[in-house]
Amino acid sequence: MQWNWEFTYEIMPRMLWATLNTLMAAGVGYAIAVVLGLALALAQRTPYRGLTLVVREVVEFIRSTPLVLQIFFVYYVGPQYGLNLSPWVAGMIAIGLHYASYLSEVYRGGIESVPKGQWEACIALNMTPVKTYFRVIIPQALPPSVAGMGNYLVGIFKDTPMLSVIGVAELMHAANAIGGQHYRYLEPYTIVGVVFLMISLPSAGLIRAFEAWVRRKLGMR
Amino acid sequence: MMEDMSHYPLELTGPDVPMVRFMNVTKRYGALTVLDDLNLDVTEGEMVTIIGPSGSGKTTVLRMLMTLETINSGVIYVDGKPLTHMPKNGVLVPADAKYLRRARASIGMCFQHFNLFPHMTALENCMEGPVQVLGLSKREARERSEELLEMVGMIDKKDQHPSRLSGGQQQRVAIARALAMRPKVMLFDEVTSALDPEVIGEVTNVIRRLVSEHNLTMLMVTHQMGFARDISDRICFFFGGRIEEQGPPDALFGNPQRDRTKQFLSAVKEAD
Repeated sequence: MQWNWEFTYEIMPRMLWATLNTLMAAGVGYAIAVVLGLALALAQRTPYRGLTLVVREVVEFIRSTPLVLQIFFVYYVGPQYGLNLSPWVAGMIAIGLHYASYLSEVYRGGIESVPKGQWEACIALNMTPVKTYFRVIIPQALPPSVAGMGNYLVGIFKDTPMLSVIGVAELMHAANAIGGQHYRYLEPYTIVGVVFLMISLPSAGLIRAFEAWVRRKLGMR
Repeated sequence: MMEDMSHYPLELTGPDVPMVRFMNVTKRYGALTVLDDLNLDVTEGEMVTIIGPSGSGKTTVLRMLMTLETINSGVIYVDGKPLTHMPKNGVLVPADAKYLRRARASIGMCFQHFNLFPHMTALENCMEGPVQVLGLSKREARERSEELLEMVGMIDKKDQHPSRLSGGQQQRVAIARALAMRPKVMLFDEVTSALDPEVIGEVTNVIRRLVSEHNLTMLMVTHQMGFARDISDRICFFFGGRIEEQGPPDALFGNPQRDRTKQFLSAVKEAD
């Protein structure tokens, strides 16, 4: 089997369109994970022992089971309880929740890296717990978290093909469909690989630059 | 085992209510008793310095007053009102978070390691409490903060982040930050211990000015004996979680009565 450039050009528009969907899936899923992950991290630090324990177990559970199972679960088990979700919505919930539990661990590490004296200064200034977190602790927990957050951004991007199993029209899904229609898999799968490579490769450098920028922005060196 | 709280007054009344009262205060870490049935009064405007060997509980006194530590037994009163406890159905019960926040509003503290917020400039550090806690407008908070930074000699550096300041400069900003909350009681916990010798003076001079120009009640833990003697109204020598001896600086330094005090003071003198 030989590489067919004509076929490559023919399927390119469809593949690029699917790339946009992949980026959107990664972006939306990550946005959910960033916010929800913070909530999961903070929920484990409240004085309510019961809440801490439940959240801790949920995070452990999600981290210890495969993403693809979670995607199937949300999409196929949901309807049996009257929860009908489109592939997109189900996929975003599953992947967002999955990465939220990973990010919550990143945040936890970042929060624990803030020196004890900072908490004490907040008490001495009589700040509320909410202001303590949002004005003092989280801004300082951010720079040490950026590297981990970046790794999971690349991770979520590379995991988006799993959404094809429930029919989200991202890159992998498009490549499978094209391959099935034309009985040619070489070109579509190669394009998928090249697209992922082109986006993943520069991201490590970008993350490092972003980390430096955050530190500078916060006046910390 | 619950302590019987019925003999602690719900509130201190009368003509001589102290600004701070430790009443039978005990603090333990596991089997170790750090403060042992401590009784200590500090009157309004008084400058009290606590000295003593390490492990004698002197820093714990300040930390308990700032509510950074919990209490095992006894009660601390500030300005006549209980700090560690709150009245409920006619007796004192351990204070909840909400009560603690109200009760400690009149207390400010400076730390050995400054604990400035590294992501904020000197000015922002000072404005943070007034804006976020006291609810002042940005303009009011800035005026108040600039005035205080001026007083501690740090107005030129107001837009610098702590990472660009020396230890002495950071500590002066930290003093301004604490004062911006207009506390009635100020706590200085070994504020010169982490400083290079040549910058200790710039911090002690600020505290000297506070003592002479303001009617703040102050508690200080320090190893600077000469400084303590100069500015304190009273020195408390702590040993084993108790006040071994206390009195005016000249009496305590010049004519100590107890053997442990004498030993400590001569050991300190030798080290100097």
